[in-house]
Amino acid sequence: MPPVIQVSSVRKTYGRTIAVAEASFEVNQGEIFGLIGPNGAGKTTTMECIEGLRKPDSGSIAVLGLDPFRQVYKLQDRIGVQLQQAQLQKRIKVWEAIDLWASLYNKKPADAERLLDQLGLKDKRNTWFMNLSGGQKQRLFIALALINDPEVVFLDELTTGLDPQARRAIWDLVRGIRDRGKTVFLTTHLMEEAERLCDRVAIMEHGRIIDIDTPAGLIARHCPERTVVLSTSDPTDATPFRTIPNVESVECVGNEFTIRGSGDDLVTAVITCLSEHHIRVTDFRAILPNLEDVFLKLTGRSIRE
Amino acid sequence: MLRGLAKLTWIEIKVFLREPMGAFGTIGVPVILYFVLARFTSLRPPTPSPTLSGFTGPNLPVIVAILIAISAVLSLVTIISIYREGGILKRLRATPLRPQTILSAHVIVKLLLTAVTLGLTFLAGRRYFPPGANIHLYSFTIALLISTLSILSIGFLIASIVPTARFAQPIGAFLLYPMLGLSGLFVPIAALPPALQTVSRLIPFTYAVNLLQGIWMGDTWLSHTGDLVALALVFAICIALSARVFRWE
Repeated sequence: MPPVIQVSSVRKTYGRTIAVAEASFEVNQGEIFGLIGPNGAGKTTTMECIEGLRKPDSGSIAVLGLDPFRQVYKLQDRIGVQLQQAQLQKRIKVWEAIDLWASLYNKKPADAERLLDQLGLKDKRNTWFMNLSGGQKQRLFIALALINDPEVVFLDELTTGLDPQARRAIWDLVRGIRDRGKTVFLTTHLMEEAERLCDRVAIMEHGRIIDIDTPAGLIARHCPERTVVLSTSDPTDATPFRTIPNVESVECVGNEFTIRGSGDDLVTAVITCLSEHHIRVTDFRAILPNLEDVFLKLTGRSIRE
Repeated sequence: MLRGLAKLTWIEIKVFLREPMGAFGTIGVPVILYFVLARFTSLRPPTPSPTLSGFTGPNLPVIVAILIAISAVLSLVTIISIYREGGILKRLRATPLRPQTILSAHVIVKLLLTAVTLGLTFLAGRRYFPPGANIHLYSFTIALLISTLSILSIGFLIASIVPTARFAQPIGAFLLYPMLGLSGLFVPIAALPPALQTVSRLIPFTYAVNLLQGIWMGDTWLSHTGDLVALALVFAICIALSARVFRWE
């Protein structure tokens, strides 16, 4: 099955600003692919090139085998693009927006009422757009992006500004889209979102793709370190812990031990060690690296800067 | 392909009516203005003209009509600029909603608004007309719509050239209202200095005013082919220029 999206050596500059220096990646059918990186990394520009809104200066892009910029009209029936806030009238009702959008496509639209129901907007049918909450607006935008039952859905910073509950609800929604066989391409600067949601991610910084892999793969390759922090009331020093295989350092502050090592087995090894030495713990925490740590390792800076 | 135009136009109308001050401001003000002016001018002794008894001169309806048209044009200019500034038009490229459809919907709504406002305005001042004036009302409305389309094309050209929303409307107003002043509506063209007379011949308003006054007085359409051609020419030139110059962002 050929890749749904193919980006090859894309470059885009605005005058003297290089928005995208070099981007190459592929997105496979049926996966949730995330383009992640800090603000200003070039994610939105890359995404706009793939959506056909901008023409790259060089390189090539294929979406479902078509050139998104030149064959944008052919592509429209098959892709769904998330709207921005300002593109909807303030006083349009939810059902009116859905109805309008459904009428624009050649295809028979997805069941609009069912879509509203699935997205939890059923009782908001008659509400004006400006009176919806942030989470409800995002759900409406997702509905509009799905109304033509597209093969590929493009989502841009989907949960920015949403509270954690709304965020998780949207994540479930996106997984549901993927489970129905569609491909999702999203951009985000939230590492947690990328970890929880994406099948594969591409890390982007300063207009370049730095690495591409599954979140677990990126963590395993770049951040193999693991840390266990435990507290014990038993009289013991660091000696038993130093015998654990793959341990790199053991620090002791009062009755709290910080054990650093690498490899997936470290946590189990610590537990085994505790059990063998009959040490009881009052507190036990395993600190696993995440994509933020990967980003820090790869770029030398925190993604939050 | 203007898919979705009918639905979008209908939605635009509904949304417009939902705005708290929108409907009142756009329709109410000209109606009230006309009513007040008509009342005061009718207090003067009536002229012997059979179609305008009780009413002095054809200028009043023409003035109100053109003011409605200009206000429609300025609001279109503002909308285009706001959309462009917000990058909205560009982003819509990925959806089947074409920018041309959006703008066409706006234009249609504005034209409808112009016709409705005009209709209500005359209804308000109805008692000052003899019954025979109704026939001219329909022709007058059509003449106004033609003139509005022509003026709209100028507005579109202005919107194409001026990059920001903040300046688009003031510049539009700055250009359109003085044009109106030179159109022969307030001061007869013959009374203008020769240099300004030449300018006046180049402004579409002059032909619009001529057309509207004539139709109001009961002239035939044929006698105004010159005006119609001039208005059509302005429309064609402005649209052609805009198509070249207009950028979606």
